[in-house]
Amino acid sequence: MATQISTAAGTDRHVGSPRSRVDGPAKVTGLAKYAGEFTAADLVHGYVVGSTIARGTITGIDCAAAEAVPGVLKVLTHANRPDVSGKADSYRDMVGPPGTPLRPLYDANILFSGQPVALVLAEDFETARYAASLVKVTYAAETPETDIDALVPTAYDPPTKRDGIKPPPEPWGDADAAFGKAPIRVERQYRMANEHHNPMEPHASTVIVEADGTYTAYDKIQGVANSQQYLTGAFGLKPEQVRVMNPYLGGGFGAGLRPQYQLFLAMLAAKDLGRSVRVVLTREQMWSFTYRPEAVQTVSLGASPDGALQALRHDAVQGTSRYEDYQENIVNWSGTLYKCDNVKLTYRLAKLDTATPGDMRAPGAVSGLFAIESAMDELAVETGKDPIELRLINYTDSDPVEGKPYGSKALKSCFEQGAARFGWAKRDPKPRSMREGRELVGWGMASGIWEALMMPSSARAVLSADGKLEIGNSTGDIGTGTYTILTQIGADALGLPMEDVTTKLGDTNLAEAPVAGGSWTAASSGTAVMKACRNIAAQVFVLARQMENSPLANVDFERVVFTGGRIEVAGDPSRGVSIKDAMRAGGFETIEVTEKAGPDSDFAKQFECYTHQAVFVEVKVDEDLGQVRVTRVVSAIAAGKILNPKTARSQIIGATVMGIGSALHEESMLDHRLGRFMNRNLGEYHVPANADIHDLDVIFVDEEDKANPLGVKGVGEIGIVGTAAAIANAVFHATGKRVRDLPITIDKLL
Amino acid sequence: MNRFDYVRAGTVAEAVQAYGAGARFIAGGTNLIDLMKYEVEKPDRLIDITRLPLDGIEEQGGGLRLGALATNAKVAYDDRVAAHYPLLRNAILAGASAQLRNAASTGGNLLQRTRCYYFYDAGTPCNKREPGSGCPAIGGVNRIHAIFGASDACIATHPSDMCVALAALEAVVRVSGPGGDRAIPFSEFHRLPGDNPEKDTNLAPGEIVVSVDLPESRFPQTYTYLKLRDRLSYAFALVSVAAGLELDGDTIKTARLALGGVAHKPWRNREAEALLEGKPATVESFREAADLIVAEAKPQSENVFKIELARRAIVRGLEQAAAGTPQSLSDKRIQ
Repeated sequence: MATQISTAAGTDRHVGSPRSRVDGPAKVTGLAKYAGEFTAADLVHGYVVGSTIARGTITGIDCAAAEAVPGVLKVLTHANRPDVSGKADSYRDMVGPPGTPLRPLYDANILFSGQPVALVLAEDFETARYAASLVKVTYAAETPETDIDALVPTAYDPPTKRDGIKPPPEPWGDADAAFGKAPIRVERQYRMANEHHNPMEPHASTVIVEADGTYTAYDKIQGVANSQQYLTGAFGLKPEQVRVMNPYLGGGFGAGLRPQYQLFLAMLAAKDLGRSVRVVLTREQMWSFTYRPEAVQTVSLGASPDGALQALRHDAVQGTSRYEDYQENIVNWSGTLYKCDNVKLTYRLAKLDTATPGDMRAPGAVSGLFAIESAMDELAVETGKDPIELRLINYTDSDPVEGKPYGSKALKSCFEQGAARFGWAKRDPKPRSMREGRELVGWGMASGIWEALMMPSSARAVLSADGKLEIGNSTGDIGTGTYTILTQIGADALGLPMEDVTTKLGDTNLAEAPVAGGSWTAASSGTAVMKACRNIAAQVFVLARQMENSPLANVDFERVVFTGGRIEVAGDPSRGVSIKDAMRAGGFETIEVTEKAGPDSDFAKQFECYTHQAVFVEVKVDEDLGQVRVTRVVSAIAAGKILNPKTARSQIIGATVMGIGSALHEESMLDHRLGRFMNRNLGEYHVPANADIHDLDVIFVDEEDKANPLGVKGVGEIGIVGTAAAIANAVFHATGKRVRDLPITIDKLL
Repeated sequence: MNRFDYVRAGTVAEAVQAYGAGARFIAGGTNLIDLMKYEVEKPDRLIDITRLPLDGIEEQGGGLRLGALATNAKVAYDDRVAAHYPLLRNAILAGASAQLRNAASTGGNLLQRTRCYYFYDAGTPCNKREPGSGCPAIGGVNRIHAIFGASDACIATHPSDMCVALAALEAVVRVSGPGGDRAIPFSEFHRLPGDNPEKDTNLAPGEIVVSVDLPESRFPQTYTYLKLRDRLSYAFALVSVAAGLELDGDTIKTARLALGGVAHKPWRNREAEALLEGKPATVESFREAADLIVAEAKPQSENVFKIELARRAIVRGLEQAAAGTPQSLSDKRIQ
């Protein structure tokens, strides 16, 4: 299919070259508007009242004092919820897990702490916020269960699997017997803390009531199509009655994959009042939905004395909510990454009285790779093998889980180039062998792996007679650089300067595209844009050939290049026609094309597609006081074709910082008696500060992949996956202390 | 945030006069505004004291008088503070962010409130926020809580870095109020929670901090402010140590030591200071003092580690002070 299209037809001036973000000036000058910044003349402000208990029933809500505040219009609760579907199926979104989705203000049941129990509507935000403090809610509280340790013994295999998440494969060989007989054995428990996404931009929705009675919803979402589906489902609207837009996102990390309750509440209020409504959540309220759930994992590795794996077991129990079975792929990576004849992988869930967890940057891989890559480091110590050598001994060029070769896997190049840049060869494997003054120095490494996915996506392109190109679809640029890479692809396809290409995203009136997540946007939207633009190129070429005395009259499409706004015979710039002239000669004001692209099913039958990482870390740890500094990181990435080394590097840098946070800082602390996260602000929930970040070095190794015509695999997530394990391994090398529960805080090193 | 009246005071007397039950003085507002957003503070009236003529830094009586409205940044970057009270400078610069320090005042720093999670969460009980409602931090999420001087009613800590240095420097807080002017030794300004954790300080209602007076400089070289926290900047202390030593050769003549992050007030132990005086400035002496201090520590369910961390931090802090190699603010490596 798409493989017939060749980028070689373009001049390739932009794709593959570092380019600054096309949306950068709008963002740094404040022109870029976010969901909570759109407004209307009669805008009503909604403020959410969240439940203070985690489990039980509302016995009463007294809104009198709130309603008496001048400027307050109404307080919506379950008791006066306007007529709207009560069927759980109406609330499904495109990426939600199996279960019963949250129906905000549906009934008196409390499913988690912070659950919205009332929405105060007022003429201004301050009034709504003040009045919200006057709403008195009484509860019949039940004892919540949020402690996963108590539930590990009763954890269950989720009866309905989550769409798009591979369940663990059937075991192969006999892992239990092989582990029992293995000469070298490592069996350890690993865990990491609950984490919240904490994008800079708070979740917000602004629903505008248009003059014709339709709605325009500005929603903080990673793909507007999902919000539109949700709103049409929950409110019985037709798609043409509700347009959803979100041109910019101030960070998503997965927190914006599913429509959150503020969208429902804003629409509910807008319909009820017949006025435009905005609901913005506070930072504290952003702990009341979606988080990376804690996982309790056990990894058992059996090996021969030379380090060859003989048995591999990886078992995980992870938290989900009372009402949905959120699922991740935590354990499959272990089976995919290493060659072993006896493998058993299990994944079970435990029901907690929290909001449903959700995907957070490389969901499953961050947790699972911390465990397996820590265990491999422990095995390296046990066998006396260098950590890279151990990984090479167990290296595989085909995926043991699926029994298919990888379409491409340049992980060995990552090891080689990463190790060389880092200076790994000088490492003394002995723990506590390096010190500088009062600091112990440690070097650690880990592998990383993430899926290279592509989703069905469409894109529209419009070429105007003035030589300007507009491209776009409904997916979101979640800060990753999607506007920029699509502009590059469009510019190259038609040989235009980037300034002549405008990319529009985040609008349901544009061509349909999936949510931006899973690192699939570059492959999915990129291919669709390229197809649409190449289709236009072919049409313009026909016009050019039809021109009177056309220098291209007898030339085939395969022999021309699009460059500098012209169509020229390859190698003979004198024989060419400008796009503008061709359009005018053909009498076209515009040429408009919408194309669809999807994964290459033939390729997928033959090959497995993954990105890979080798990450090297230096830490310095104060010997007495346990203070850890990550002084150097080299992250070598194999991710196919890199469309824009500048924005791609930023992705890896950002993911590395997030990996440092995961390893050393991030922890949402639950009070299990209250079922409540307690450190719900950025002062007490720590993400890395500038002082925590030192030298970060990114290497993109060459890797050719043919899963899609761009050869692109995606870079949004691969930079975080192995980073925490590499840090923990470096801390062990420095101190001789193996920390198996993240984050590695001072107390764990004293 | 509730609705409130706003009045602006032009003089200290006006400010004191404008005070009544439910009123709060506001200067930098870096803590008060947050607390109002969290529904922890619900003042009926804000008395804006930013126009009072209290932002000066003046030499007096061999020491330095810090006006209550001098910003944290102004104090930290004052040449006289840098030359004679670098311990204070370092403590200030170890806290908050440049933006906050530009806004926060000297008096307000003294009056900032605990970072206890439960105190900030109006959805939970808290004896400090609502007297008599209970203390869920006891037996709850209390990794950051007190190991010294806590009570059955409250285990919160005082969050300030600057105050830890002021305690070691033995500053004096001058206040003015309905009952006139008075001076409060720093060690008596903040209080332990006891049965009244709602009271952070011994200020009487309507009293306003006018200045913080520093006595004559004693530790311009042999001092340190060592802060240990969960990330390398912009986090409150798990344990911090303000240390100042006067040495006579290798012998300790005077020792002043205060700990932050471990109690409801900057924590001093006079016996430990006395123990050090006359002793050689050696690790052995420092360990002896540290052991004496932590001997009376009582941990909570999640913060046992703070005792050992405090012990080691005291030793290291005294080493840094004795060697005249105070903890660097920019290089996060601990000397």
